[in-house]
Amino acid sequence: MSDALRLLGRPLAESLLMIVASTLIATLVGGALGVLLFALSNDRFAGKHRAALIAKRLADRAINMLRSFPYIILMVLVLPLSRFIVGTSLGTAAAIVPLSIAAIPFLARIVESALSEIDSGLIDAAVSCAASKTRIIFAILIPEALPALVSGLTLTMISLLGYSAMAGVIGGGGLGDLAIRYGYQRFRGDVMAVAVITIIVLVELIQFAGSHIARRIRASR
Amino acid sequence: MFHAERPQPAAVHSPLAHASTTISHRESSIAPARAPSDQRSNPKRLSPSDAKPALRLDGISKAFGGHEVLRDVSLKVVAGSIHGIIGKSGAGKTTLIRIAGLLESPDSGSVLYEGVGAPPLGPRDVPGAQNPLERQDVRGLHSLRGRELLEARRQAGFVFQSFNLFASRSAAENVAFPLEAAGWPRAEIQARVAELLAVVGLADKAERPAARLSGGEKQRVALARALANRPSILFSDEATSALDPETTRAVLDLIRSLRDRYGLTVVMVTHQMEVVRRICDSVSFIAGGSIVEEGAVAEVFANPLSDEAKAFLREDRHE
Repeated sequence: MSDALRLLGRPLAESLLMIVASTLIATLVGGALGVLLFALSNDRFAGKHRAALIAKRLADRAINMLRSFPYIILMVLVLPLSRFIVGTSLGTAAAIVPLSIAAIPFLARIVESALSEIDSGLIDAAVSCAASKTRIIFAILIPEALPALVSGLTLTMISLLGYSAMAGVIGGGGLGDLAIRYGYQRFRGDVMAVAVITIIVLVELIQFAGSHIARRIRASR
Repeated sequence: MFHAERPQPAAVHSPLAHASTTISHRESSIAPARAPSDQRSNPKRLSPSDAKPALRLDGISKAFGGHEVLRDVSLKVVAGSIHGIIGKSGAGKTTLIRIAGLLESPDSGSVLYEGVGAPPLGPRDVPGAQNPLERQDVRGLHSLRGRELLEARRQAGFVFQSFNLFASRSAAENVAFPLEAAGWPRAEIQARVAELLAVVGLADKAERPAARLSGGEKQRVALARALANRPSILFSDEATSALDPETTRAVLDLIRSLRDRYGLTVVMVTHQMEVVRRICDSVSFIAGGSIVEEGAVAEVFANPLSDEAKAFLREDRHE
């Protein structure tokens, strides 16, 4: 058992690195994309321009397509892209690329729906305060949607933890890889148990932290 | 402290009252309900051309998905007065005030505020023609874009039936938002917010989250927020409809005192005759997307001409 725990260190670090890095990238890119999707579909921000309508439709198609790929296939498909971005198609750093690509459309949808749920009366009020569109989005809409955004981010991180278990396929390591290579292929039930329990604990921790932060924000209002 | 005292609204009444006596046409009380197109030819007793207007709407029309909500509505509101727009739900009054307050664009027609959006005087312009409301060459405020549109919006404050306070902000932060948007320095924002919250009687609740205020308090904060940029016109869309009768009266009295203090022109949409009776100087009745009657409140109450005004007054008496 102590041997199993000793084996845990490196995969755990790899998993955490993959989740944190891809969450950060997805938050930046997916968050921006989500704001854009919201703005494109909202008359107040995009007007009724034909260009906005077309851009929104194209973005919708692209996002739906990306989201419908089974992750294991997506991972293999973006191998050339990983090689281009991080210089290699193998290892933990390379695994961050498909994880981010999977999380970006997911988070974009979460941000879009969180912003769309905001009472349009608040946008009216912000407009009547003579605020610019950018200010309305960043000073009003995002703070108003913050609890929903935190919940969405929690959901994204937990999904990423699940996806990262497949990173072993491209040599990315991580807890899933540990469970397969030691637990399954070498019949090490103790390693399997340690890996799975660690994943469960990580999910619980992420969920607890996310719920706690969202609750704190709601309670302060 | 920043504004001169405005003349009392009573002064506004006399030209209106005079105008009304020149109308000879009267409706028969037994006349059948008329088509909306006929309602436009209804007598309009208000002729504020001799009084200084602060707001002018010209030929406003608006349709939503083929349904015509407003048709060719024109309106002038006398500077410093409180003007009520009353009508049943679906009459188009909310759309009208949203267009007047630059929250929505009309399909056709123009909106003008006193002193906003007038192009600089040309060499052949007569002095004193800076007021866009008295010029014919000025395009409506809805043609403005970008910074100019934001500047025009700063001349208009807007309060809503559902208050629309930002839940992510405290009372003080709500009032601060329009000032942040206008680029005020931090220290000046603090002073202005404190002043406004004191004026609406909420100095002690500045740090309270907006969602934890009572309905009346929320509308007071909304009023402070609407007035932060020192607008010349305050638009109120059913601001008291979600409040109990006692709070309604308190908020209406506050609106009147704010008008007096800041020399505001106030435009209020309502479906409650009580609101008109309590604080309005003049009133427009709107039905089927058109203004069917307008005049000084005292005149309309004494001598309603349209079916719409009579119906509202009848209901008012029964309450």
